[in-house]
This record gives sequence, structure tokens and C-alpha cells, in this order.
Amino acid sequence: MAKVSKKKVSRKSVRKSSTVTEKIAEVKPDVVYDDGDDEFLSKEDGNISSEEEEEEEDGKDGKDERKRQKLLEAISALGGKRQKKLGERSEAAVLMSEFTVNAEGEGDKIDLSDLIGSMEKTSAVPAKTKKQLKNLQHTNKTIECPLSKQESERIQRDVAFRKASTEVTRWKDIIKQNQRAEQLVFPLDKEPTGPRPMERMVTGWKAQTPLEQEIFALLSANKQPINDPILTPAEEASMRAMSLEEAKIRRAELQKARALQSYYEAKTRRERKIKSKKYHKVQNKAKRKEFLKKFEEMVKTDPAAALEELSKIELARMQERMSLKHQNSGKWAKSKVIMAKYDEGARKAMQQQLEVNKELTQKLVTSLNKEEEEEEAVDEEVLPDFVNDAEQRLDSSNPWMRGKLSEDPAEKELSENMDLITEGPGAVGNPAEEEEDEEEVVETEEETLLREFDSRRKWRQAHEEMEEKEPQVPEQEEEEGPQVPEQEEEEGPQVPEQEEEEGPQAPEQEEEEEPQVPEQEEEEEPQVPEQEEEEEPQVPEQEEEELSAIGEGIADSSGEAEMPEGAADSCHTNPSAQLEEGLLRIRTLEDMELLSQQEPAPDEAPAEPPATDKPPSVTPQADKTRKRKRGIELKEVLTKETKVIKVPLAPTIEDTEDTEDKLDQRGLIKEAFAGDDVVSDFLKDKRKQEDAAKPQVVDLTLPGWGEWGGTNLKPSRNKRRRFRIKTAPPPPRRDQCLPSIIVSEKRNSSISLHQVNSLPFPFQNHAQFESTIRAPLGRTWNTEQTVRKISKPKVVTQLGAIIEPMSREELMKDKKQVSTGSTSHVDSWKRKR
Amino acid sequence: MAATSEAVVNPAHVEKTKKAPARYWDEPQEGKDENKVGKDGEQTEETLPQKHVEKAKKRKNDEDRGDAKKFISGKPDPFPGPAHISKDRMQKFKRRDKTKKIPRQHYKLKDMMARSDEVSEMAQKQAARIDLLLPEDAGFLEGDEDEDTCTISQEDISDAVDITSASKYFDLKLSQFGPYRLDYSRTGRHLLLGGRRGHIACIDWQTKQLMCEINVMESINDVKWLHSEAMYAVAQKKWLYIYDSNGIELHCIRKFNDVLRMQFLPYHFLLATVSATSFLQYLDVSVGKEVAAINTKTGRLDVMCQNPQNAIVHLGHSNGTVTLWSPNQKEALVKMLCHQGAVRSVAVDKTGTYMVTSGMDKKLKVYDIRAFKPLKSYFLPAGASCLSLSQRGLLSAATGDIVQVYRDVWSTPVTKPYMAHRVQRTVWGMQFCPFEDVLGVGHGEGFTSMLIPGAGEPNFDGLDSNPYRSVKQRQEWEVKALLEKIHPELITLDPTELGQVDQATFQQKHQDRVQALGFDPLAKEKFIPRYKKKGRSSAGSIERRKRQVANEDLRETVQQSSEDKMKIEKERKEREKKEVLLSSKKSALDRFKK
Repeated sequence: MAKVSKKKVSRKSVRKSSTVTEKIAEVKPDVVYDDGDDEFLSKEDGNISSEEEEEEEDGKDGKDERKRQKLLEAISALGGKRQKKLGERSEAAVLMSEFTVNAEGEGDKIDLSDLIGSMEKTSAVPAKTKKQLKNLQHTNKTIECPLSKQESERIQRDVAFRKASTEVTRWKDIIKQNQRAEQLVFPLDKEPTGPRPMERMVTGWKAQTPLEQEIFALLSANKQPINDPILTPAEEASMRAMSLEEAKIRRAELQKARALQSYYEAKTRRERKIKSKKYHKVQNKAKRKEFLKKFEEMVKTDPAAALEELSKIELARMQERMSLKHQNSGKWAKSKVIMAKYDEGARKAMQQQLEVNKELTQKLVTSLNKEEEEEEAVDEEVLPDFVNDAEQRLDSSNPWMRGKLSEDPAEKELSENMDLITEGPGAVGNPAEEEEDEEEVVETEEETLLREFDSRRKWRQAHEEMEEKEPQVPEQEEEEGPQVPEQEEEEGPQVPEQEEEEGPQAPEQEEEEEPQVPEQEEEEEPQVPEQEEEEEPQVPEQEEEELSAIGEGIADSSGEAEMPEGAADSCHTNPSAQLEEGLLRIRTLEDMELLSQQEPAPDEAPAEPPATDKPPSVTPQADKTRKRKRGIELKEVLTKETKVIKVPLAPTIEDTEDTEDKLDQRGLIKEAFAGDDVVSDFLKDKRKQEDAAKPQVVDLTLPGWGEWGGTNLKPSRNKRRRFRIKTAPPPPRRDQCLPSIIVSEKRNSSISLHQVNSLPFPFQNHAQFESTIRAPLGRTWNTEQTVRKISKPKVVTQLGAIIEPMSREELMKDKKQVSTGSTSHVDSWKRKR
Repeated sequence: MAATSEAVVNPAHVEKTKKAPARYWDEPQEGKDENKVGKDGEQTEETLPQKHVEKAKKRKNDEDRGDAKKFISGKPDPFPGPAHISKDRMQKFKRRDKTKKIPRQHYKLKDMMARSDEVSEMAQKQAARIDLLLPEDAGFLEGDEDEDTCTISQEDISDAVDITSASKYFDLKLSQFGPYRLDYSRTGRHLLLGGRRGHIACIDWQTKQLMCEINVMESINDVKWLHSEAMYAVAQKKWLYIYDSNGIELHCIRKFNDVLRMQFLPYHFLLATVSATSFLQYLDVSVGKEVAAINTKTGRLDVMCQNPQNAIVHLGHSNGTVTLWSPNQKEALVKMLCHQGAVRSVAVDKTGTYMVTSGMDKKLKVYDIRAFKPLKSYFLPAGASCLSLSQRGLLSAATGDIVQVYRDVWSTPVTKPYMAHRVQRTVWGMQFCPFEDVLGVGHGEGFTSMLIPGAGEPNFDGLDSNPYRSVKQRQEWEVKALLEKIHPELITLDPTELGQVDQATFQQKHQDRVQALGFDPLAKEKFIPRYKKKGRSSAGSIERRKRQVANEDLRETVQQSSEDKMKIEKERKEREKKEVLLSSKKSALDRFKK
């Protein structure tokens, strides 16, 4: 408060000195007060005006004024807080006016008209500025206050960023291209290495002898091609002609064209939006007139086009006739009908409508109408088909609406029906059918697709039927054993059935075999006992069974050199299946007999070479009924038909050395018992390995937990089941289908050290990665050229050459290349390889 | 000029029934030709077509720039484009299939795949092209009409062939020191003979120059050249010895006792030995270290061979099995039951595709060793004691004192040998000489070198094994070979395994990662239905949406599987058709078929 009071004092003193009051009132409304203090003051007493005004007045006597200013400053300095001088707000001229002469009306607001006044007189001012200034005079808008520094800076930054980013993005393409390039050669502007085209080499050649020089001077003076296929300099210049400027010009042209087009579009759009009916009426009329005029002309000059035009008109007429337009059946017309009783205008409007209709549906009578009549006559004849046809065309996408669905013989009936349907209307005129055919030709693609689809569907159906049948087949076979010399064996789920069936099957097999015996040329002694052996009762012990199965196979093999038929039959019993099903047999004395019989067999064999020379493939008979074999069968492996080889020279010396005598004896013994322990041992070994690889069932049951425990008490089955942990079965063994093979499943850890065990970055799966490193890189496997291509360094720099940053010209050059020569360049590059 | 040249262009291409389309510049060209014939034609006519010609020329130039096919001379290329390469030749050099394109690949991956595809294709093409540079053809033996080639005697052949070849048929009578084993060096120039009773001889057999001859005064089980002809290993009665080409004993290796047979793996510098104590041992001859000693637990081992493709050692056993071994595993990689009697000999062909075995059951069997499938089985009246396969796939089998050579035992069933020859006494060792049509046979009476036309590979790789190399070249090769030595850890059944990602470790790592992260980064995202307003996110509709997605996934898998099935079915049908065609010959039993 103290401050305010001080101010009051000062003001009072000022008033004393100042005398003029009228002017204050004048100026008062113009000045805007910012300070709350001032306002506060002015409220207190209305007559007191702000100090500024007073200052303005007091400017006349400068001395006083200055003193007063000083005083004021001193006072304000006393306050300490308020540093800002109020005087600063005033017009600059006032403050500056200390030593200058005061002009009249100096304190007044300057009007623009005052300044412009002289403009009329001076001729130097251009008309444009004059106009601008005049406009300025008329405008009453206040000028927007300038933006704050921060804002303007932000805008500037924005603009600058945009500019810079466009500048930078121009480099984006080339940078990307370089990043992805297979090889970069620095410095970049170097000519590409490799063989240069002949033309360029020739141009590099210089004329040396005076004669040559003279000739070349002549040629070049006349701008003639120096080398035969090379372009003339003029041509070359034209080749190079598409410079930046030209491109710019061209672009500008295009832009202009586009702009014009858009103007036109806008114009037409605007016109279309005009609702005035009268306007449209007038316009339409004008158009029609013009059209008629044109048409008349056209009849004279270009009758063909005129005819076309005519047909168009005809079509329009047809459309008009077909539609209900202008027939006074619309909503508007109905309302008019109601009004027509009272309103003359409505009646008239309706009349007009009808007239329009008449006019539109009227036939055009021109000089060409004769031809037209003829055409019409033809049209009338064809019309029904034509209509039909059009409909079909509409439905071309709908396969059901088309004549033929597919040409599959099985579906002929259907298609025939469809044909009948289509022929109904089509019978009227042949041309229509022809047309249809054409259409079909066009639509072959769709049809073929459909047909394919259909055939596939059918195939699937057939397949399903087959599958339904297939399970029936074995049953039938089992019933009619003697007819089908084959035992079908199903694996897996049907095991129990199979076991039951095994009993009756054995005699059946015998039955099959017996009629065949006389037909085979060779003796079959080993075969018969084997069959008998099969009849033996079955005892559940797997090892034994396997042995017998194998023994059987061996027995077969002994005779097999002579009789492939038997081999073929025995092949069908899948041993691996047998192993799993647990086909149970016992080895008996007869079996042993068999073994003993088997021995002489090989000895006899060389003496009696095979009479039949059949290929190893199975007889077609067996082939038909047999199911697919899975993998290789042990029996087949061991009893594969052997070819006896005739040797022209008989060995005179046994291959026995005295040192090896003992060994050979052992070998002889081995040979004697061949096929016995060898096979069984091997099978045992294999089974052992398989078992070892199988995951063990972990039993975690603890007796006595949750129930009674004791010496004779076993944990309940329920509990045992709950605590037995079964691990997932391992993946199938590699030798699953190879009975005579054991493949070790142990992991080779030594190579895993050298293998890649994580996929490198861009690869998504193993196959991709493996395929990329599949091909060898070295010189041993590749040609020199390939090796060089494979081991190309990513960046090549020339020794001693300065690598400068890319210049803008390069960018431009690159763009030009891309736009003009990229395709041809790529082509030629491709062809080179 | 230009116009005429253009006229030539058209007939140069493959003949077309259609005439070339008429061009406006064709006419003047004809006119010009006429003018040429009648030189004194009117000037006006001459000038008029000239303009046309110029135009045509310009056009031609444009074309030139377009395809750059024509030359300065103006003549067209009669054989445009790169030379054609036959399909089977391309197939021969195929290393891998083209990769399938997956949508939404990373651009880097796309680039990489495209580049590698391109490179491999280029490599394949160029290799196929350069295959042309293998100029030599293999020899063959052709009998007269109704004359078996196996009845042609060695004398006949040596009479018929040129002098140098004839000199390759010879006998060495060495009756004193018992049956001989032999080994040819990898280049085929040098021969190493080891007699049972201690006699060792190194011979440059083509010049018949004796390099050294010693008697070790001990029984010898086997002899083998090491990587070059400078050193060889001899399996003597007790230990394994290494001598140099002058007969100086370099090493006596006490770790290798009772060795019966040896094989040298040239690219690994490994000497594999099998002993009577059923040990299979590997010796790295470049550093002199024992790499592995495996107790095979199968008794006395005296049948051995190597697979030249993957350096796996095949052993034959007395229980009719053949086992495959690598130094990295203590148990057999594969165990095959091949014979009912003991296995007497095993041989594997150069490409590592076929294995031939012979056993006590007097059978000779051919296996596809890649799939372990039996291909052919033959019965030899006396059984084969020794087998050897030549570079071009000829098989020699010794039965007693007879040496038989068979051709193509794996593809076509053979009934009689290609060639046969009787030597003085029982055959003990046998080997085809590399790059020569020669079979060396060691027997009780010494050594016989036989001529077998078509046995050796006619084109040798000069960088790998050059029969004509000088000492300097040999030294250089040795250094290179040592630098390129393959580590014994890399011996696997499938040599391409090295190029595969180690799945087990990969999975292990992935599991660890999942554990560390708490979620599976590679797992497919679970579908979470979006929340929808206006009551459309009721429990029922959410469930329905979930099921929709699940069904879609299921549909995809089902479609995939059904497609696979169809494919398999189709293949099967085709195969059946083929089989039916093959076995369409009617048999007598067909009449009972119903």
C-alpha cells in the first residue's frame, strides 16, 4: 500500500504542472492498459489518467519532463521490486524527441492513407504495389501478433527437418542397394571389370597413319559412323539426350496434363450436381441436336460408324421400352395424377412425360433404315436365342447354369440331361449353339478346373470304396483258403484275431502247396517236411518261434535255387509281423531232420544248374493279392534267389593252405551247421539291442504308504498303477524294417563338436541352412570360375586409390541408369552366364 | 549390307514352317539384290531403296543394343546362347535340390538363398561342361560271335594289344617264400609284395624296377603302402613294422600286435589294422599316434575292407555277419547278417554304393550299402576266397586257383564271368591296379599281373593321384595332403552329416533357453480371442471363435496329410503298374488264377 500512496503523490505533483486536460479525454480510449495497478488507480478516481498520457502532454517542455522522469525512476527504484520502466511502452518517437523538432500531430496515430497520399503523384511506384497498398487500406483486419520465439523456432526446425529428411531419403535407395550388393568395388565410379564389348574397344583405337587420320577426319566431319555397327555421334547424342532438364520438362508437361484433367473432372462433377431441371433439359436438348447433326455428317462420311451409332440408339430405345421410365407410373407421376384434377401444371407435366416416352421409343428413320430393317428381321429370328445366350453369359461364373459340367464318362448321364436342357432353347437356331461353343472355349480354364475337382472327388470316392472293400478281402481269402494261395497278415491292432486264425491257416497252406508240387519241375523234398512242421501245436515261446520261422526260411532257401515259386510263397509271410504277433511254434525232431537234409542241398546245386531262369520279381499271381510289403524281410534277405554261376575253369586245387588247415576245419564245421545258430544268435542280439534301447518303466510305489504294509502284503494294483511312470517310446529304430541289420542308435558325439548347433540369424529352419551349406566350395570340387564367384570378397578396394564419399552426381547417375538401362543391363548379364 | 545379313538370320534358327512376317524393309533388300545382279540398273531405283536400307540399318542397330547378339562383322551367331548340356550329365553333378520358397522370408534370407541357389546351379553347370575335358575312354573286351569273353586267355590278349600293354601281363615266379599278398600304391605305379614266409619286395612294376627287396625272417600277414610310395607297413608275426622304400626299418609299433589285415585311409592318414585278438586299431601315420583301439569281441579278424567314400571299415566275421566300424564308436555302427557261414571276403566299390561279400556258404552277395538292402545273390561252385573291386566296378573273385572277373554284378544278373584265368596255386591276395587295366594276383607261386580291359579309371585326377608325378610333385602333394588331412572324428556313416544341424544339442539349448526365459520364444502363439463389445464376447462366442481357429489349424494338417497320402498312393500305383508290366510274361500257373 505504501507504494501506491507514493505514486499518488507523484501523480498529484504532475497534475499541478500539466494543464491540458481535453486531450486526455480524446486519447484515453485508444490506449490499452495492461497493468492491474494502473487499472486499480483509474478506478479509484476517474479523472486521474495514467502517467503515460501525461508524459505525452508534457513532452513540450523537455526539461521538466526530464526531471520528472528522473524523479519517477528514482521513486520506482525505491520500490526495488518493480524494475520495469513504464516509460518503455510509449511511442518511440516521444522518447527520442529530446533534441529533434516536434512535428505537428506527432503523437497522433499514423494512418496508412497519409502515407499513400504521395503515391498517386509519384510515377515510380509500380502498379502492382499500388494495388497491394490499396487493398491493404481496405482491409480492416488486425495483423496477427508474431509467434513466440519458441514456436517460430519449432516451426523452423520442423521445416528444416523435413527438408533434410527428403534430402537424405534420396540416398536411401542407393544405400540399400549397396548394402545388399554381393560385392562392392571401391572407388565406386570405376568401370566394371571383365570383358568389354568389342565396340568400345574399337572406339578406343586411334588412327595413326596420316591416311587413316585423314579418313577419320572426313568421317567425323560428316558425322558418319566410324565403325560399322556403332552409332553415329548424332545418334549417340540422342541416346544420351534424356538429361535431367529434359526429364524435368517432360514431368512438367505431364503435370500440366494431369492438372487439366482434374479441372475438367471437377467441372463435370459440378455440372452433374446441378439440380435445376431446366438446365439439364436445355443441355440435353442441345446435346441431342448436336448429336443428330454429327450423325447426319457421319452418315455421309463414315457409314460404318454411323451404323454403330444407330445400333446404339436402337439399344437405348430398347432399354427405354423395357424400363418404366417416363410412363407415369412412378411416385412422382402418381402424385401428379392426384393433383392433375386441379392443377393445370401437373397435367402438363404428365403430358410432357408421355411425350418424352414416345419420343424415346420412336424408331429412328434415317437413310440407313433399309439395312436396319434387314438387321431387325434377322434379329427377330435370332432374338430368343440371343436372350438366352445373354443370360448364360451372365451366369458364366455359375457352373450349374452351364451346359456341361465335365466330360467325364461316368457323369455322362448328367451331362446329357444338361445338354437336353440347353438344347431345348438352343434348338431354335444353330448359330446360337455355335456361339455357345465359342463361349466354352473361352471358359475352358474354369471348366478344366472344375473337371479336375470333380475327378478328384470321384477318385476319392472310389478310393473310399476300395478301402471299404479291402478289409473284406482277407476275410474272404481265409474262408476260401485253397483258392487264394496267400495268407494275408494284418499287423498291430488285429493281433489276437490273427493268432486265432493261425491254427486253421497252416493246413490250408499245405493244401495250396500240394497241388503245385507236381507242376514244379524240381524235387521238393525239403519243402514237404517243412509244411508238416507247421502243423505242430503252438507253444508260447518267442525265441523258439523265431527260430522255426527262420529255419523254415532256410529250408526254403536250400531248395530255392531250383524253385522260385516256393520262395515267392514263403516271402509273403512277413517275419517281422510274425515276430510281433507271436506266432508260436516248436522245433521238433523233424526240424532237425530238415537241417540235416539241408546240408546236401548246396552240394547238389552246382552239379545241377538251374533250369528256370526267372527274374527275381515275384509272380504276378502272388503280386495281385499280396499287400504292400514293408521294408525288407529277413527271409528274403537270407533266401534271396541265388544265381548259379558257371565257371569255365574248374578249380584244381582246394583253397586250403597247410597253415590254415585247422582254421578251415573249423570253417567246415561252421558250414555244416550253417543257418542254425548264426541266425538265431543274430536275432537274439538284435532283440537285446532293441530291448536295451527301450525306455524302462519306473516303479515308484512305496509299500506301506497310505495302506497297510507287511511281509505278505503287496501294494494294491491301483497304487502301483498310479506310481508307475512310463516314458514316451523312442523314435522308431532305423533297422525296424531291416530284419538282418542292426544299426547302432548310439549318438555320435565326436562329430557333434564340429556340427552347427544353432541356426544362424536369417535362417528359419534347418532345411534352409543345410541346403545353403550343402554344396562344396573348394577347388577340388568346383571349377576355378565357380570358386572365384563363391569366394568373392564383399568389398574390393583398389590399392592406393582414394575412396571418396559418394557425390550427388553419382546419385543422379544411378537414378538415370535405373530408369533407362536397368532392364537391358540385367538381361545381358543373365545371358552372359 | 545390313538387310542381307538380316535375311540370313531367319534360316539360321531352327526351321519354322511359317514364313517370317513380311516387313517393309524386306522388299528393298530384294530390290537391292537384283540391282547387284544387274549392275547397270537405273540410278533412281538405286537411290530409293538406299533410304530404306538405312532405316532398316538403324532398326537393326537398335536391336543390337537390345540383345547384343550380333557381331561387328554383321554375321549372326549360328549357335546363339550357351551350349546345351545334357540332362544326365547335369544330374551327375547335382549336389542339392532347389530350395522351396517360403512366403514372408526375411530379405536377407531371401537374398542368401537366391545367391546360393544361383551359385550351386552355376557350379553344377560348369562342372557338367568341364566334364567334356575327360578325354580318355575305358577299355573293353569283345569276343567274336558266339565266343565267350571268359574263354579268351591272357596270352591272346597280350598278343593282340600294343607292346606297352602287353608288357603289363607278366608272371613273377617266387615259389620259395610262399603265398604272396600285394598292394598297389594309390597312383598305381608301385607294387608291394609280401610273401608269407618273410619276403618283401617293392617294385616299380611298370618299369619292372626293383626298389628294395628284403626278408624279415618272420611270417608276414599283410603289407600296405602308406600315403605315398616312400613308406609301407608290414604286419609281421608279432608286431607291426614300418619300412621305407629302401627297406630300412623305420618303426616297430608294439602297440599293434598280431595284426592280420590292414587298410590305409588315405585322406585321414589312418592305418586301420585288425588283429587275431579281435582288436581294431587306428594309427595316425602323420603324427604316429594311436587314434582308437576297439575291442570288437568277435574273435579272430581276418576279413577287412574299407569304404572309400566314407572311410568306414568293414569287417567280416565267422558268424556270417559283416560289421561297419568308425574310430569314434566302441561298438559296430551296423551289423549285417550276410551269410549263413563265415564271411570270407568283403569289398566295397569306389562310390560307396555297393558291397560285395562272399562266404563259406559259397555264395556271393551284393548289397546296397547305403540302404543295407540285398541286391543280388550268386552261387559260386567253389566259393570265393578273395574279392576285389576295380575303379570301374569290375569284380574279381578267386576260387581256389582260378581268378574270375565279373562285370556289373549289381545291376544285371550275371551267369558267367567276364574273364577267367588260372594261376599256378591258390590265390592269396588280389587287387586291381588303379588307373590301369591290370589285376595283380598274389598266389603260392609268386605274382601274376593280368590284363583286364575296362578295369581302371581312364581319367586320373592329377592333383589327387597322378601316376606320372615327379618326386617334386610328390613332395608338394604330400604337403597339400597333410594340410587337407581330415580328422578322424569326422568319420561317419553318412559323410553329409557334418553339414547338418546338430539336432540334439539344438534342442537342449532351446530347452535351456525356454527355462531361462520362462516361455518358449519359438512356440506358436496361442490364440486369444479379441474382446468385442455389445455382448459379442460372451463365453459362448469366445469359445466358438477359439474352436473356429482350432478347426482351421486342424484342417490344414488334415489337408497336408491327405495330400501326402494321395501322393504315396499315386507312387504306389505307378510302381505296381511298372511291376505288372515287368512281370507280364505269362506263367504256366496263370490259368489257375481267378
